[in-house]
Amino acid sequence: MGTVLTVKNINVYYGAIHAIKGISFDVNRGEIVTLIGANGAGKSTTLHTISGLLRSKTGDIEFLEESISHTAAHKIVSKGISHVPEGRRIFQGMTVEENLQMGAFVTKQDRIAHNLEYVYEQFPRLKERTSQIAGTLSGGEQQMLAMGRALMSDPELLMLDEPSMGLAPILVDQIFEIIENLNKAGTTILLVEQNAQMALSVADRAYVIETGRISLSGTGEELAKSDEVRKAYLGG
Amino acid sequence: MADRILNLKSIGSRGLKNAVKGNEYRREASISYGILIIGYILLSLGAATGLIGHNLQGQFVPICVYVSLAVSLNLVVGISGELSLGHAGFMAVGAFSGIVMERMLLAHMSFEPAVMILSMLFGACMAAIAGFIIGIPILGLRGDYLAIVTLAFGEIIRNFMNVLYFGLDENGHLKFAFNHTIEGIENSQRIITGAIGATGTKTISTFNWGLLLCIFTVFVVLNMKNSKQGRAIMAIRDNRIAAESIGLDVRKYKLMAFVVSAALAGMAGCLFGLNYSTLVPLKFNFNTSVLILVFVVLGGVGNIWGCIIAATVLTILPEAFRQFADYRMLTYAIVLILVMICTYNPTIKARVTAIWNRINPFKKKGGDKPKKKKTGKEAA
Ligand SMILES: Nc1ncnc2c1ncn2[C@@H]1O[C@H](COP(=O)(O)OP(=O)(O)OP(=O)(O)O)[C@@H](O)[C@H]1O
Ligand SMILES: [Mg+2]
Repeated sequence: MGTVLTVKNINVYYGAIHAIKGISFDVNRGEIVTLIGANGAGKSTTLHTISGLLRSKTGDIEFLEESISHTAAHKIVSKGISHVPEGRRIFQGMTVEENLQMGAFVTKQDRIAHNLEYVYEQFPRLKERTSQIAGTLSGGEQQMLAMGRALMSDPELLMLDEPSMGLAPILVDQIFEIIENLNKAGTTILLVEQNAQMALSVADRAYVIETGRISLSGTGEELAKSDEVRKAYLGG
Repeated sequence: MADRILNLKSIGSRGLKNAVKGNEYRREASISYGILIIGYILLSLGAATGLIGHNLQGQFVPICVYVSLAVSLNLVVGISGELSLGHAGFMAVGAFSGIVMERMLLAHMSFEPAVMILSMLFGACMAAIAGFIIGIPILGLRGDYLAIVTLAFGEIIRNFMNVLYFGLDENGHLKFAFNHTIEGIENSQRIITGAIGATGTKTISTFNWGLLLCIFTVFVVLNMKNSKQGRAIMAIRDNRIAAESIGLDVRKYKLMAFVVSAALAGMAGCLFGLNYSTLVPLKFNFNTSVLILVFVVLGGVGNIWGCIIAATVLTILPEAFRQFADYRMLTYAIVLILVMICTYNPTIKARVTAIWNRINPFKKKGGDKPKKKKTGKEAA
């Protein structure tokens, strides 16, 4: 089991604001790793830094044993990291299928058909709606589309930022089921969640982030049982 | 089942490139080219039968120029979604470099079509270079800031033209000076004289060249819009963060739209420059940039054939209103305001559409669904 991603002591600033204060963690092949923490803890910032949209002042990020901390954002996707940003960023005016096609922008031509088939297999709801304008999809469907689009580039590592945000409980269950399925099919997943309970139930390992630092780490089970986590994030 | 998979595969393997050139592209292309050809025939007929007066005939080339400018600006404003207020600057670069090229070429050859084409290409190249140099630092900016900076650059270009001096010596060699007149060159051999501008240009622009330029511009813009690159540019406009997350190089595609747009504006500028024996840099001021933007906004941001019509009508109108003499500009402004209200105020627009549907003899069954239009604000 090799290491896919290693984050070493990164420090990220927004101007004078020191948002990430020396975070280190790693993700192994085939795992679901989750980052949990309160609002504003720095979870999204961490994902943005990995995908190259933000830069770390110090430290290093290695993906498949290669440093990517100075790689341009648009090249990181073709290296095999796909980022589904917070808040369902889809192309509202395009159809479902066009959105998925855009996700394959950096993908080799001969893989596109295969990937599209795979995405429709994982998300049958999208398949029923191939030519629907994406902006008219329901919230849950939009989240599925954003995830499906990210899968179109054949990622080695899929980073999901709060996929359950604003969804009804039944949809949350569905999304998490899909996440587990994707993982079983071989995709390594780095999951950021507010819904700590759900996240910990599917995660192999978890890290708790508090105001820019990692305060706790362990397996999903360990953290779900830990008193600190229960008090702070699981409601007692 | 096997059928379904096969079908899926065919969609996938056709890939982005062909999938995007669907019906919508064909529809937009046929309407745009149709309007250009019909407009050309109507205006030519009008001129041949004497229905269109001499003054208005003089506007034929400018109409083509403004149509190309509007279509090319639509690439930035409509398709890339950035507000640019410096389009006249690129037009100026194309005009003056085209004029210099023309005079140099005419000193050595007399085959006008070749002179025309080479001058236009040169104008396009120079404008593209200007677009590239300006584009690199400013495309990190967004919205209003980009608008202000393009405005400033447009003015800088025009003022730069004010201090350029070009001329031909007795052997037909090009002479250049910056900020002072060139000694020892007779008046007739001067090409560009600072703020006085270009003089002695041989006017080789014709309506036919204008039509060709319009067709070429529409061809480039429509194909770009419907290419893989065009998809990327529109995806960035629709949702920059999503576009970044799927691995699009945002700056590259924004720059691409900006440079192509500048090059096309340079070509149009060249046609414009070769239409007048004298041309002052002042012609390419902020007002001209705004005028082109007005064509785009009135024609519909992102709508190619709409801005062809808007540019044509709004170039003809001031000429047609000549009879109102003193009230000419007032009438023009009122027409502008009315068109804006009728197109962008939803209530009034619905009423106008309803009336139009009642009197429209070519009414389709079921009726078209209302066209979605973006306002300039959204695009910025
Ligand atoms: N663009 C920005 N400019 C300035 N500060 C920012 C910016 N984005 C985030 N921050 C700050 O950085 C810190 C971390 O933000 P981040 O978005 O990473 O939190 P998060 O853990 O994802 O929170 P949430 O669960 O609410 O999404 C916060 O204090 C936030 O206010
Ligand atoms: Mg967040």
